[in-house]
Order: sequence, then C-alpha cells, then structure tokens
Amino acid sequence: MEKRTKLAEMVRNQHDVILKDWVESQLNATTLRRELMKESELREQSREFLSLYTQSVQSGEGIGDAAWKPVKDFLGQITRSRVLLGFTPSETATFIFSLKQPLFDVIRSTLKDPKELVADIWATTTLLDNLGLYVMELHQQNREEVIHRQQEELLELSTPVVQLFENILALPLIGTLDSARTQVVMENLLQRIVETGAMIAIIDITGVPTVDTLVAQHLLKTVAAARLMGADCIISGIRPQIAQTIVHLGVDLSEVTTKATLADAFMIALQRTGASVTKSAVSQPKG
Amino acid sequence: MATLRDEIFPIRSSDDIVKVRQVTREWALMQTFSLVDQTKIVTAASELARNTLEYGRGGEVRIQAVQEGPRRGVRLTFTDQGPGIPDLAKALQDGFTTGSGMGLGLSGSKRLVNDFDIQSEVGKGTTVMIARWK
Ligand SMILES: Nc1ncnc2c1ncn2[C@@H]1O[C@H](COP(=O)(O)OP(=O)(O)O)[C@@H](O)[C@H]1O
Ligand SMILES: [Mg+2]
Repeated sequence: MEKRTKLAEMVRNQHDVILKDWVESQLNATTLRRELMKESELREQSREFLSLYTQSVQSGEGIGDAAWKPVKDFLGQITRSRVLLGFTPSETATFIFSLKQPLFDVIRSTLKDPKELVADIWATTTLLDNLGLYVMELHQQNREEVIHRQQEELLELSTPVVQLFENILALPLIGTLDSARTQVVMENLLQRIVETGAMIAIIDITGVPTVDTLVAQHLLKTVAAARLMGADCIISGIRPQIAQTIVHLGVDLSEVTTKATLADAFMIALQRTGASVTKSAVSQPKG
Repeated sequence: MATLRDEIFPIRSSDDIVKVRQVTREWALMQTFSLVDQTKIVTAASELARNTLEYGRGGEVRIQAVQEGPRRGVRLTFTDQGPGIPDLAKALQDGFTTGSGMGLGLSGSKRLVNDFDIQSEVGKGTTVMIARWK
C-alpha cells in the first residue's frame, strides 16, 4: 500500500516530464502511423491514460484488480478506435510499451535505494507487460477476420530495449524467437550497446514460451557479439522447466550468467557496476 | 491403446512450426501434463518440425493424444519426402549438423521424450516418431 502510494506519487510529481518523453517516443516510434492519427489526439490519449494509470497504481495491485477497470475500459476504447483506423496489434501495443522508458527514467532518478529501485522497476515492467498483452488480446478480439496475420504479429512482438540504469540495458523478449524478427531485435540490442556504452545487457526471456536449440543459438550468438563490444550479458527469466529442458537438449549455458528473474539479474548488474551506482544514485541524483 | 484424438498438420513454413508448438502444448495440457512435461514435448516438437522444414523440404506431423491403461501420452509422427539421412548414427550425435544449427535437435529431442524412433531412406524421406507419457 505504502509502496504503491509512493509509485503513484512519483508519477504524479513528474507527470509533465513523463508525458513529454512518452509522447515523444511514440512520435519517434517506427510503428507510429502518422497518416492514421493526429498528433493532438495521441497527446490527449496519452494524458488521459497517464492520469488513469496513476490512480490505479495507487489503489490496485495487479491488472486483474477492480481498481484497474477504468484503465482497461479506456484501453478498450482506444483499441477499438485503432482497430477501425487500421492499426496492427503491435502498433497499438506500442502505446503501452513505449511508456516503459519514461517511467523507468523517473523511478531511477527518484529512488536512491537499489532494493527499492529493483522492486519498483520490476512492479512497473510487470504491469506494463500485462497491459500491453491485454491490449494485444483486445485488438485481436476486435478483428477476428484477419486473425492469422495478427497472431503472427503477436508472436513476433518483442518489447524495445530499455535503459534500466546507467550502464545497464534490458531487452525483455516476448513471444517466439524463431523468425527473421529475432535478428532485428538482437541487432537492435547490439546497436544500443554501442550507442549507450552500456556495460551490462540483461536479456529477459520470461515472455518466451519455448527455448529450443535455435533460440539458444540466437541467445549465445548475441551474448558473444555483445562481449566483443565490451558488454556482458545476463539472461534472466529462465524458469525451472526451461532450465531442465535446456540441460536435456545438451545446450551449454555455463559461460553465460543466468538468473531466474529480471529483478535478480538487475541486482547482479548493479553490484557489478557498483561504483557508478553509488555515484549516480546518491551523490548526483539526476532530475 | 486408445487414441483420444488424432490430427494431421502441414509443415510448410515457419508459421506452421509455431502452430505445431501451440497444438502440442494444447494437447499436452488436455492430457494434464505437468509444466515440465509440456515444455519437454513442445520443445522436442519444435526441433523436429524445424528439421522437417529445413532438411526434409517440408512435410507433415500427425499428433495423437493416446491412453494406455492409466498412462496418458502425446505422440507425434513427423514425415517428409526429403533427401533422407545417409548416416543415422552420425545424425544422432551431439553437435553433428550439415546445416548451421547446433546439431542438438535430434539427440536433444531424444533425451526429452520417452519413446523415440527414426526411420530414414536416402532419396525417399524421413519419419521421426516421439511420445511423452505422463
Ligand atoms: N528430416 C530430415 N531430413 C534430412 N536430414 C535431416 C532431417 N532431420 C535431421 N537431418 C540431418 O541431421 C542433422 C542433425 O540434425 P539436428 O540434430 O536437428 O541438428 P541441426 O538441426 O542443428 O543441424 C542435420 O544437420 C541434418 O543433416
Ligand atoms: Mg535441428
């Protein structure tokens, strides 16, 4: 309760910054269909969502909670209108997923305690993933007739690379990884490592239902390439059943740091970049 | 042995591989497999479906939900009319690949299931049968 109030307060206090960053990132997203929607409309929708989101964060735990109904109703409304406008599911879901980075930035610049930071980032990423998937589902329900193409997109969707902290990037993957899309996603991560000079990249596979040898090979190749560029990867989201299966397949992940959850991986990453954590979080808080 | 459900699915594209995984998971769930058992059979299905597509030039899979006494299982039979495998023993070795994979698909799936049978004839094609029991 206390924690939720704090999260909500944080968002409320930084409302304008978040809104500005969020709208900007939506406008910059490759998935934005400018021809389909006016910028003013996008801004209005974002503002309304953010205010509903803040209220629900304060009063309800998961999105199954009744407190999230206003948010879900609102998403239902904009999803329907986007379906009619001809948006694809991933274009619609970008509305939610692009909110991650602005929220993370605010949490990061507000919280000093790494434990709290991890907990809040974890809570926020889980919420937004769930809302994003909810939007995708809604979208799908709204367009039965082109279900096939959309299923493909649902499967191929992956959330963007986010910066969790100075020197730490995260790539939360959702869906199947055996398409040409994987290549793009992985290249994107490497590109971001170059741009940000990140020391650690966390690849979170919580949202990947099946890890077969092709997926494992993609992951290992990415880890090796990242290493050549001076960044270490941590693979998180390895659930027990996935761990067992990987071992039976005979895939050797012993050279890679693996963790059960993104939060665990983030803790390790903070430890490894220890010096800079204390410096940036305590002595020079960012605004 | 009783067959509770029996269907054939084509394997012609990578979308079909996704479909095979989905159906396998669904049927494993229907057979009340544990999460670990589901994951194992789905992963093996994914490996073999991809081999059918990549090396067998496409084919099909027959999926069966079976019951033998109190045991419930899911059986998959992958068939293609591709080039066949000249040396089965070699193909079943960890790390052997004629493509650019990890060479762990056949050997790995064998370890993930209870029953494994492979028949192949050069110039005729390949059939791989796997089953996992609850
Ligand atoms: N259906 C098939 N038809 C022809 N050759 C196959 C088939 N399945 C497997 N093979 C052969 O067996 C080898 C090993 O397969 P596998 O263990 O899945 O490893 P990988 O897919 O990484 O090559 C393949 O490289 C290929 O030469
Ligand atoms: Mg293979």
